[in-house]
Amino acid sequence: MYITLSDRPKVSSTTGPGRRRVAPVVITLGLVSLVTDISSESVSAILPLYLTGVLGLSTISYGFIDALYQGVSALVRIGGGWAADRGGHPKWVAFLGYGLAAVARFFLLFTTGVAAISAVISADRIGKGLRTAPRDAMISEATPPDRLGQAFGVHRTLDTIGAAVGPLLAFAILWWIPDGYLTVMVVSLGFAVLGVAMLGLFVPDRPASTVPRAERTPVRWREVAQPDLVRLLVVAGVLGLLTVGDGFIYLALLDQGDFAAHWFPLFYVGTNIAYLSLAIPVGRLADRVGKARVLASGHLALLGAYLVAALSWDPTASTLLALVLLGTFYAATDGVIAALAGRLVPETVRASGIASAQTVVAVARMFSSAGFGLLWFVLGPQAALVVVGTGLVAVLPAALVVARRLDLAAGGTR
Amino acid sequence: MSQRVRWTVFTVIAAAVVAVVTAYAIGAATTYRRAHDRPPTVETAPDTGSAGRATGPRIVFRHTGTDDQNGMIASVPLDDPSGARTFTSLNCDRVDATPQVISCLRTERGVITKYSLTEYAADGAEIQKVSVPGIPSRTRLSPDSSLVATTTFVSGHSYMQVGFSTATEIRDVGGKGYGNLERFTLVLDGKQVSPRDRNIWGVTFADDDTFYATVGTGGETYLVRGDLAERTLTSVAEHVECPSLSPDGTRIAFKQASERGGQTWWTPAVLDLATGKRTVLRAEDRNVDDQIAWLNDHTVLYGLARDDEVGVTDVWSLGTDGRTRPELFIQQAWSPTVVRP
Repeated sequence: MYITLSDRPKVSSTTGPGRRRVAPVVITLGLVSLVTDISSESVSAILPLYLTGVLGLSTISYGFIDALYQGVSALVRIGGGWAADRGGHPKWVAFLGYGLAAVARFFLLFTTGVAAISAVISADRIGKGLRTAPRDAMISEATPPDRLGQAFGVHRTLDTIGAAVGPLLAFAILWWIPDGYLTVMVVSLGFAVLGVAMLGLFVPDRPASTVPRAERTPVRWREVAQPDLVRLLVVAGVLGLLTVGDGFIYLALLDQGDFAAHWFPLFYVGTNIAYLSLAIPVGRLADRVGKARVLASGHLALLGAYLVAALSWDPTASTLLALVLLGTFYAATDGVIAALAGRLVPETVRASGIASAQTVVAVARMFSSAGFGLLWFVLGPQAALVVVGTGLVAVLPAALVVARRLDLAAGGTR
Repeated sequence: MSQRVRWTVFTVIAAAVVAVVTAYAIGAATTYRRAHDRPPTVETAPDTGSAGRATGPRIVFRHTGTDDQNGMIASVPLDDPSGARTFTSLNCDRVDATPQVISCLRTERGVITKYSLTEYAADGAEIQKVSVPGIPSRTRLSPDSSLVATTTFVSGHSYMQVGFSTATEIRDVGGKGYGNLERFTLVLDGKQVSPRDRNIWGVTFADDDTFYATVGTGGETYLVRGDLAERTLTSVAEHVECPSLSPDGTRIAFKQASERGGQTWWTPAVLDLATGKRTVLRAEDRNVDDQIAWLNDHTVLYGLARDDEVGVTDVWSLGTDGRTRPELFIQQAWSPTVVRP
């Protein structure tokens, strides 16, 4: 049923021009992500209105959740990767993650206090942290190395479609039923259940296992900490520190263009559309010219977005350009780093390797957002972007040099 | 499990999910329509023109009854607050009014939900409509009707962002804005500071230049006096939220935060600006999360949600002597504002 391409394919016998199909399991995992993202994004979109308008909570009582979640999520992600490698059943670790989110959504229907809602939301985020690395490891395992970029592109495209549809669906429901917050949550629960069912029924536990792993050895971090992975972590960490959250870029665009504030959510939609249309072509490009090179070069698009947001041009044109550049940046980094990290470590610790890279990026961006917030208030949005952009210009040449080396390494372990 | 069994199981699950979700949504839609197709249960009176009820001394508010007038702005005569209410054709989430101007914060539902501030003249003609960055929270007009302040809740829009903050802005009625108050120079306890986590909410105007507001930073809240011309905010007291200046300009009514059962609990209180004396109005034991309005120099008004009916609120009155019990002032109402032509 599933294309069982081994980790080390004999030759690229299946890579003729007309045969660039991705493994069915990648599509299935993509569809699981799609419905799960519809589920989570629909609730996220209405949660602020629900908390303030219906439950009558104030901003102050809610703000603390964020910091708590960021820390927990990073730890859980590593834990998810480790558990997937340790047990050798990435599917069931991912299943636990998706299941946890579905259960959290069920409890959200009956929750009214601040503390209870934060607990439910934390459970949801823990679920997301848990499932990401095992899922990416499964994609990695089911795909030959020369098509990993494309496979992750397909997965991220489906995933992002879900993220774009979720809020639209939620607001359409509220349009129909103005007090229909519970209806949105019921719909969200429905999609979560579908996602869990699809994963449980249609994703094989070890999609492309070469040899059954009779003897599982404990995950050794020494194995994970391959010199090349460490190089990737350093590069990704440094670049992550210079990656400003897109919320800030949108604010700078609003600030520059005197846009009506209600365009703000549309900026996310615009970035998502650019991302989902570019994920597959950029993934293929990564397969051809090298994943690390595309990963590092993707930061040129980010640099471009900084410049566009910092300089005053025609507001509409620069906004559209900035959103396309941001979408390009995500297309060149998000799936590509998972594709690359999975290849820089031995197969037995693949999920842990992917989890490490993703955690480093997440933590670095968290610090970056905190620091950039400070710069923003001291220097103003435009100058702050120029400062961070200058930093990016300074480190990018070095990153590109390391990237070449990493591409050789990733190619060499085929 | 064979592939066929898997598909059967999945089809059954999917059919069940679709059936349950659809049934629930149709039920919710039907219940909503039924509840919002009926006339108000409270007494209503028609607008009788220029000399009528809707132009004399009155209290303007948002009607919150579950009926076909839900969310509409209405008014009752100042001397008969529990009497019949007269409806306008304006639908607002938050409202403030003077004899000349009505400011209206509104959530505009749609596939992309927008939030707006509309300024209306007393006759209901639109002066100006501008977008606001988030969910309506507070609006106040200056006594001379020249300025309008808005506070909205701005939230992250994506999966990874859960944080909340407030955006508070002051604009000239019919004119331009002065920008987010977070960009004003902030002086706390005599020192100029610019903390990143500052949030500003709940403006109340003294005149066309001076106002008061709350600044929150580092888990503390401060009462600040604002100077619009100088673009400064200077702290004058601590632990004050959502200030409201009394008609005689000598006192600030606010909500004082404490903690009860792990939840923030706000109690109405009054601060004498000259002496710094605080009177916590403990006669009100419920959790009051509203920007208080002054009925006169010794009575305040605020909204409270009903425990048993979601979305329905009442306006209560409370004496500022600290002894008088709260009384139900206007039922099915929110966002009260006193208009004295």
